[in-house]
Amino acid sequence: MTSEVDQAESVGKGSGGAQDRPVAGASQRPKPIRRVDRVIIRFAGDSGDGMQLTGDRFTSETASFGNDLSTLPNFPAEIRAPQGTLPGVSSFQLHFADHDILTPGDAPNVLVAMNPAALKANLPDLPHGAEIIVDTDEFTKRALAKVGYGADPLGDGSLDAFHLHKVPLTTLTLEALKESGLARKDAERAKNMFALGLLSWMYHRPTHGTESFLRTKFAKKPAIAEANVTAFKAGWNFGETTEDFAVSYEVAPAKLPPGTYRNISGNLALSYGLVAASQRSGLPLFLGSYPITPASDILHELSKHKNFGVRTFQAEDEIAGIGAALGAAFGGALGVTTTSGPGVALKSETIGLAVSLELPLLVVDIQRGGPSTGLPTKTEQADLLQAMFGRNGEAPVPIVAPATPAECFAAALEAARIAVTYRTPVMLLSDGYLANGSEPWRIPAIDELPVITPDFATGPNTPEGEFWPYKRDPQTLARPWAVPGTAGLEHRIGGIEKQDGTGNISYDPANHDLMVRTRQAKIDGIDVPPIEVDDPDSSAKVLVIGWGSTYGPITAAVRRVRADGGRIAQAHLRHLNPFPANLGAVLGSYDKVIVPEMNLGQLALLLRAKYLVDAQSYNQVRGLPFKAAQLADVLWAAIGTLDGSEGR
Amino acid sequence: MTTTDNSGFRSLHLVPKADAPQSAKEFKTDQEVRWCPGCGDYAILAAVQSFMPELGIRRENTVFVSGIGCSSRFPYYMNTYGVHSIHGRAPAIATGLATSRQDLSVWVVTGDGDALSIGGNHLIHALRRNVNLKILLFNNRIYGLTKGQYSPTSEVGKITKSTPMGSLDAPFNPVSLALGAEATFVARTLDSDRKHLTSVLRAAAEHQGTALVEIYQNCNIFNDGAFEVLKDPATAERALIRLEHGQPITFADQGVFRDPATGELTSAELTAANRDQVLVHDAHAASPVTAFALSRLADNDTLHHTPIGVLRSVERPVYDTLMADQLATAVEQRGAGDLAGLLAGKDTWTVA
Repeated sequence: MTSEVDQAESVGKGSGGAQDRPVAGASQRPKPIRRVDRVIIRFAGDSGDGMQLTGDRFTSETASFGNDLSTLPNFPAEIRAPQGTLPGVSSFQLHFADHDILTPGDAPNVLVAMNPAALKANLPDLPHGAEIIVDTDEFTKRALAKVGYGADPLGDGSLDAFHLHKVPLTTLTLEALKESGLARKDAERAKNMFALGLLSWMYHRPTHGTESFLRTKFAKKPAIAEANVTAFKAGWNFGETTEDFAVSYEVAPAKLPPGTYRNISGNLALSYGLVAASQRSGLPLFLGSYPITPASDILHELSKHKNFGVRTFQAEDEIAGIGAALGAAFGGALGVTTTSGPGVALKSETIGLAVSLELPLLVVDIQRGGPSTGLPTKTEQADLLQAMFGRNGEAPVPIVAPATPAECFAAALEAARIAVTYRTPVMLLSDGYLANGSEPWRIPAIDELPVITPDFATGPNTPEGEFWPYKRDPQTLARPWAVPGTAGLEHRIGGIEKQDGTGNISYDPANHDLMVRTRQAKIDGIDVPPIEVDDPDSSAKVLVIGWGSTYGPITAAVRRVRADGGRIAQAHLRHLNPFPANLGAVLGSYDKVIVPEMNLGQLALLLRAKYLVDAQSYNQVRGLPFKAAQLADVLWAAIGTLDGSEGR
Repeated sequence: MTTTDNSGFRSLHLVPKADAPQSAKEFKTDQEVRWCPGCGDYAILAAVQSFMPELGIRRENTVFVSGIGCSSRFPYYMNTYGVHSIHGRAPAIATGLATSRQDLSVWVVTGDGDALSIGGNHLIHALRRNVNLKILLFNNRIYGLTKGQYSPTSEVGKITKSTPMGSLDAPFNPVSLALGAEATFVARTLDSDRKHLTSVLRAAAEHQGTALVEIYQNCNIFNDGAFEVLKDPATAERALIRLEHGQPITFADQGVFRDPATGELTSAELTAANRDQVLVHDAHAASPVTAFALSRLADNDTLHHTPIGVLRSVERPVYDTLMADQLATAVEQRGAGDLAGLLAGKDTWTVA
């Protein structure tokens, strides 16, 4: 996903840029097929309508077909929000293409709306000309009134700017399942599979994967499995036969770098990264965690892998989660705790203890909207300063932040490398968008993965034959990691200030000053790769710099600007503490620095403070990723201001 | 201490045995002990250091974990591995350590504020899980390290710096609390009674799972004499009830009886007529009901009728063993984890 393709995403493309082509296999496909380079589909319905599952299945079909893709699930915090209401709408957006793409897309080409609420909630995002598929059975007077529709939008002309498909999805599903013997209520629940079948026909998706998925998922309820497969096929056949759907679309596979690929979400990639870090370090993985959205899936995933020696501990609270992980780290495990922002707040004191004990520990923060409970199921990147400073005393902690869902894998390994090498807690900052979003991932060969060396202490480390737990490696400033069970290295460590070297309690002023500065120097000296700048002909005067999940929209916006002749440089931070050594020079070599963030300017604050650079923030905290088009305007404005022109 | 046959310490069967007999001295560190002169902690430290050789395990496989408070300085004085952590969190940290390292003997040292106030949640959850931890709760019914505020075990109306008109909070009874939290082993002892303290430590060490030992400990600076009634031979005889498994529960000229109507326990003068109705202590009773009733015998203000000894010691599967068993089962069923297979998953496609 990071390779540069000289093609501006979303510029004059999509269904509008389609070409009709001769029909292949006309006997099976009596309708014209239109070739398009990319499509954005949004499935929307009630929380209970199975939209996330529908989206997941369409994604899997699309991935196995070989398109590049990016997804955006968006659902309410309530498990079953009141039926038929706007707050109860759950949606899943999928962008897939025959080329390298970076975002789930700004505006859907196709909206599947399972009820009036889903239509009303999503209509503002649709560009004119978009296709809308609605379940007409759900457009009853009562359902319309519930979301404030005075008149039926399907009949009052208000959707004339769109291409509307009125499909009685519920009726058709029930009709298809009338022989199944299922109760009406059970049969109705298969309507999402009918919709999936219809969309699968429209976009030529392979179908065998979904069929075998349904048979496996409902293995214990064969009648339900068959009903879902039947509804799925009925939806496909409906597209094939009905007059309403005149054309189907083809999106060719993307030309990705050679390799074997799978689709992967950020939380899954992060979980695998942790297992890989355990395997590559030889340290048993211990996860101490307390359930919290949107991090819980990591706990669920890791708990499946006990045959990798992975111990998962669902603690009584966030504090116990990290406490247990730290205890395990003292015992020589790869200690990990996973949480979201509010959980980090509770863990701060233990992170401080880990800073003082100088033990490896991974703190994974899947950021969500804040403050307080905030927006549990929505994304934000407003925990950067919490990660950086949210502890008492001088307690520096390295910070690693992946840029894409698939990158969460490498980020977990990198965080583990730093933690183990430097004997320090490390913050890994993902977010709700990365966690639940997915994209193709080139599966790495195991020997490509870094090796992590725990290098446990095995014997005395002073000329006198003593063991000093705070005698440091002169290069890394890391202290020895001596685990219980190692004879002769018995030692006591704690949160009270320690004497340099011996680790004995010390209240000496000069020693405290030394220890504070040494702990800081250790973190400042962590070896991180230099930041790379994408500035094609080195002619740009404006640099846009971001971190975390804004990578996709920023890069897409940069491509748009360049496609229209704009000159802009781009850089993206994966290490936020310490910053790459060349960052100051990079910032200093541009006339203007723009920092888009899903917070109120946290990275910008750090850059301004550290480098005295006039970094300009562009901020949004809507619980959703940036839109590429909107960021492109921001970048143009920055270029324009500098040119003294008005931009485009 | 001479050679120790530690076959009795089933809870330590996975911990490597010491090569040679150990002495109390080996368990002392070179650190200056910094408790106030006269503190009850000294007696407990000496008792623990003397007892440790009896376990017969390697010193390097022993870990003491503590929180914050006077008692929590304990690990610095034990020549084993040790962590002096943060306020209230020792049970959580020790749980992570004990569940990931079954070859260690893990001890938690805590106080009434550390364990029952700020760390109350971790204590009850450690007890219900039955992790292989030995928790020594030094109860002096006062905050010592912060210089004399009332604690969650202080009696109602206690005059302290933070309660000049008397404290309002009803106190916890740590033994009752532990029993309510599904503890499999609960005992109580006194800092000043070395023999009794050691016998309780021994029973705790033998127990498989979490053992909670409440140790009445005198803070001679901020709450001096809090347990004097249990220590002064003149009063102890009528105030203290020494429990022994399988023995009738008697003290002075009194016996403990169950009221058949309410099930509650009361004490009454022993007579020829009632002698055979005296309650016989059964620490291994499956139900915690009688242990709980025993824990309620004491008068919270006067401490009269305070039972000491092992109130409850029952068998229940141990958390760390269960966790290790699940890992072993997973390997048995699916084979050892194959990273390449995991990363590849089931749905892949190849780009040439």
